[in-house]
Amino acid sequence: MKILVPVKQVAVLDEDFELREDGRDVDPDYLNHELNEWDDYSWEVALQLQERHGAAVEVVPVTVGPTQAEEGLRKCLAKGGERGIRVWDAALAGSDPTVIARLLARLAEREGADLVLTGAQAADHAYAQTGVGVAALLGWPHVAVVSALDYTPGAASAKVCRELEGGLQEELAVQMPAVLTIQLGINEPRYASLRGIKQASAKPIEVLSHRELGLSDAQVGEAGSACRVRRMYVPAKGQAELIEGTPAEQARRLAEIINELRGVNG
Amino acid sequence: MSGILVIAEHRRGELNPVTLECIAAAAELKTARGGTVAVAVLAQDPDAYLARLGVGGVDELIKVAVPVAEFQSDVYTEAVLALIGSRRPALVLLPHSIDAWGYAPALAVRGGYGFTTDVFGLRYEGDTLVATRAGYREKVHVELDFPGKATVLLTLRGNAFKAAEGSASPAVSVFDAPAASPRSQHLGYREPEAGDGVDITQAEYMLSIGRGIGEEEHVAEFEELAERMGFTLGCSRPIADNGWLPKYRQVGQSGKTVSNCKIYIALGISGSVQHMAGMKHVPNIIAVNKDPEASIFNIARYGVVGDIFEIAGELRNHFT
Ligand SMILES: Cc1cc2nc3c(=O)[nH]c(=O)nc-3n(C[C@H](O)[C@H](O)[C@H](O)COP(=O)(O)OP(=O)(O)OC[C@H]3O[C@@H](n4cnc5c(N)ncnc54)[C@H](O)[C@@H]3O)c2cc1C
Repeated sequence: MKILVPVKQVAVLDEDFELREDGRDVDPDYLNHELNEWDDYSWEVALQLQERHGAAVEVVPVTVGPTQAEEGLRKCLAKGGERGIRVWDAALAGSDPTVIARLLARLAEREGADLVLTGAQAADHAYAQTGVGVAALLGWPHVAVVSALDYTPGAASAKVCRELEGGLQEELAVQMPAVLTIQLGINEPRYASLRGIKQASAKPIEVLSHRELGLSDAQVGEAGSACRVRRMYVPAKGQAELIEGTPAEQARRLAEIINELRGVNG
Repeated sequence: MSGILVIAEHRRGELNPVTLECIAAAAELKTARGGTVAVAVLAQDPDAYLARLGVGGVDELIKVAVPVAEFQSDVYTEAVLALIGSRRPALVLLPHSIDAWGYAPALAVRGGYGFTTDVFGLRYEGDTLVATRAGYREKVHVELDFPGKATVLLTLRGNAFKAAEGSASPAVSVFDAPAASPRSQHLGYREPEAGDGVDITQAEYMLSIGRGIGEEEHVAEFEELAERMGFTLGCSRPIADNGWLPKYRQVGQSGKTVSNCKIYIALGISGSVQHMAGMKHVPNIIAVNKDPEASIFNIARYGVVGDIFEIAGELRNHFT
């Protein structure tokens, strides 16, 4: 069976940043990128299924993004898997999660995937849309925010836990093939070995365009999106009264504040 | 295409209070723009929720009988798609909850609606609906519109809109949902782990640690500090996920809400929405973080931009 694991390089802002000239996004010069925390867990789920069930399971990390997004794929490949896929072309700029889901669903069809594991959300924009969107486009069942998985590759259904609010969990059985969106804490993601990191740089990454996935220009980019950014802005900051001084002075003031608030005489 | 449809949410007989916030947001748009507000409740026995949903601004309650006691993504998707198809509302609102994560994106791609999630601001500019959400880990706000979309579906962030108040006398109608074949089955619930005598929801004074503590071996010094100060030790999710502290000490959406807390000290916690869900209401939040842009400072009353180890080291000298 084949497990497709969509991963994303999320953007982290520099401390001081500027907006793009059109005011609709941050100037890319001020963005750093790292692998989405949730995807570390979904990739680990795939690797563990492969380890437990052997060569019959193929795990493939895939991403939608420009060249630098390959870094995320290499991070995954350093831990396992033999190849990755990256989808990108100029028309994809400005794509919202609906478009990303459309590309990933086409990719899952093209690959003949049997299971798709995404992160429950991405740390930068926190849409929490992509995985369930992929499922709907494929016509597959799905479970969002999965905190435990009990599955034997090839079986017709999996037992999963869905993490709800307030620490409550729901146990459910879901038919396969399915899309599961993976929650933090489901496992302990491994570290890549030095050897793994070296090997990853030689593993093949196929690059595909939206046309190669059978999508038209109108189905991608801003045109294909379910929403459009009008403007981005830095919100007015909240009211925290900042306590200045040396750490010793700051701590003394904090202690005073705490005692005052508690009604204790300092 | 007119009117606003709110989809009520409930679990184990309890209405999700964010439903009332969605209703208030809808009612406010109605005041500005006209139209009607309808609230649909999908349940085995929708009547059980009607009294709680007849609140300010609601014109109609729609009962949608479904054959499942609890949320099931296929059943909910088919029912809401059919309802939207029949009513053609301009706007559909639902809470940004785990259940919504589990089916709102399916609704959006199946229906081809305008769509975004985790919205905390909503208004019309002329005829254009403008929704505001956050980006880049809450460091910027983003205004979105939905060009060419006759129906827009939004999930609303909890506690961002005030809850609907007052009473209304809505008309009550029935919608027959099409049969759906559920491809997942509810097997049961697992209750959260009990707290070993520690119940952070009762604590008045909390000292919480986050990923900023770096290593498990550092937990002990903060534990000692909390004890010295007479504070209850809490944590953000990564600390509990790593097993450094038990889950029942986790504050937040999937942890606990510290309902009785008067002073909350957040050490090395960035202030993600899910963490803030559990402590945002606390009157006195004190945050220590080395990142001056950390969003925790936006809700804190007092802030120290600095290293938690240095501050904690000094702080212990003031408590014996
Ligand atoms: C469905 C769902 C439910 C969730 N439920 C919860 C929940 O209940 N509770 C929860 O907490 N999270 C929850 N999360 C996770 C949440 O999104 C964040 O990942 C998490 O809250 C981050 O924890 P943190 O602030 O400790 O870590 P980070 O976001 O990594 O922040 C660490 C902070 O420490 C600061 N720092 C680092 N070193 C130092 C130092 N030496 N001195 C001072 N500052 C330092 C950094 O500047 C940073 O701001 C949930 C997520 C999802 C998707």
